[in-house]
Amino acid sequence: MNFISPLKKTKLNQVHKQLGAKMAEFAGWEMPIEYSGIIQEHLAVRNSAGLFDISHMGEITIRGPESLELLQEVTCNDVSRLKDGQVQYSALLFANGTFVDDILVHQLSSGYYFICVNASNTDKDFKWICEHNHFDAEVKDVSDQYTQLAIQGPHACKILQKMVDVDLTSVKYYWCQRGSVDGVESLISRTGYTGEDGFEIYFPPEFSAQIWTHLLERGAGEGLLPAGLGARNTLRLEAKMALYGHEISEEITPWEADLAWIVKLEKGDFIGRTTLVQQQQHGINKKLVGFEMEGKGIAREGHAVFIDGQPVGRVTSGGPAPYLRKNLGLAYVPITHALVGTSLEIQIRANLVRARIVETPFYKRKKSRRTVS
Amino acid sequence: MKFPEDCLYTKQHEWVKVKGDTATVGITDYAQKELGDVVFVELPKVGDTFDTNEPFGNVESVKAVSEVFCPVAGEVLEVNQDLVSSPEWVNTDPYGDAWFVKLKVTDPEELKELFNSEEYEEYVAEESAE
Repeated sequence: MNFISPLKKTKLNQVHKQLGAKMAEFAGWEMPIEYSGIIQEHLAVRNSAGLFDISHMGEITIRGPESLELLQEVTCNDVSRLKDGQVQYSALLFANGTFVDDILVHQLSSGYYFICVNASNTDKDFKWICEHNHFDAEVKDVSDQYTQLAIQGPHACKILQKMVDVDLTSVKYYWCQRGSVDGVESLISRTGYTGEDGFEIYFPPEFSAQIWTHLLERGAGEGLLPAGLGARNTLRLEAKMALYGHEISEEITPWEADLAWIVKLEKGDFIGRTTLVQQQQHGINKKLVGFEMEGKGIAREGHAVFIDGQPVGRVTSGGPAPYLRKNLGLAYVPITHALVGTSLEIQIRANLVRARIVETPFYKRKKSRRTVS
Repeated sequence: MKFPEDCLYTKQHEWVKVKGDTATVGITDYAQKELGDVVFVELPKVGDTFDTNEPFGNVESVKAVSEVFCPVAGEVLEVNQDLVSSPEWVNTDPYGDAWFVKLKVTDPEELKELFNSEEYEEYVAEESAE
């Protein structure tokens, strides 16, 4: 007999279908992949704004007098550097230094942390943190208690400001604040996964349709479009943001993933530190690089990468970049060949197609927009 | 969704327009909608020959790669080079500007195996209901 568990649905499932979204399975959830088209949605986020339902993401809270100590042990970044309302990109690592998951840590107040984790890893992360909780801290999986929306793009701030009671200009990048969105008590975080300015908001699921619909209405004049996971993926690729299961996994360490900036060895001991120190001393064998196709063809995940006729690795993510109008990809290559300018060949079906390692991120926004106006 | 009556159709969502022993081939409106924004088309060379249901090209959208299959056995007489530089035509004009190849049909009897417009429309309705 087959016991296939049905796909999980966010509270906005019907709303997406009414908008004509193409739905597909992602991490056990039935999620909107695209509405008006991936290219149009991608460009809306770069030029005006896009609204994403990312309620599949998991949320874990850690509370109590020793929650900082617990987080310092299970994450590789330095949580003690956070002030109340600050957000930190970090990771849970195994003892061998590879990724349990990549996460966002929000310090709501002293002794109260809100962690956003990948949908497919929520159960694993929760168990992992609980297993190491020999501290005076309470760990809760609160994923069911939140809808998460992301509003991203240069007009995101202006649109969201119409519906919130806090001055969003005072919320800096990678900071968060509790406030009311459309009259609903929410966590408003200036974070995102698109390479644009924008916000991720968390609120109780029963208000999902109301807030989603009002945001789309209030943002229509500013070019706000509903955007699916298809555009979310092309946007994060242009911004070279890692995706769990692709660039990072249980086989990869932060050194290899070019994420050394989230590892703070000087903070003291944490799970994975010993191996990371050893790997730092011995050096790594492979490293994540970004490449641009020079020949005709689109690199896709899984395609083999060749240097001087030798297979050296595989593409972890690849595809067309709608804003940059290039075909881009990410791949692990030997550290000896990881320099910008190095020629690669990508095997696309029967052909080896030329590519070149380039500077990343491929896309970087101009950080001049500071005001809401 | 469009199902022009002057076309024949395959289960893999190619359309065929026949004139004499020449068959023009493309992918259907349903196929382009399923694929989403098409960004790349790979076509065979003039003179290549293909068996029935043999892949003769590739079409790629932002998210997906899909093979295009030869509806009937034949030899490639002409390929649409303009489509290679404007792959978005697959979305905007699937039955017109976005033809892929013209084939010299080996055995016209094979064309009888293909769906007519009405049959294909029913087939798509069943497939999308799944």
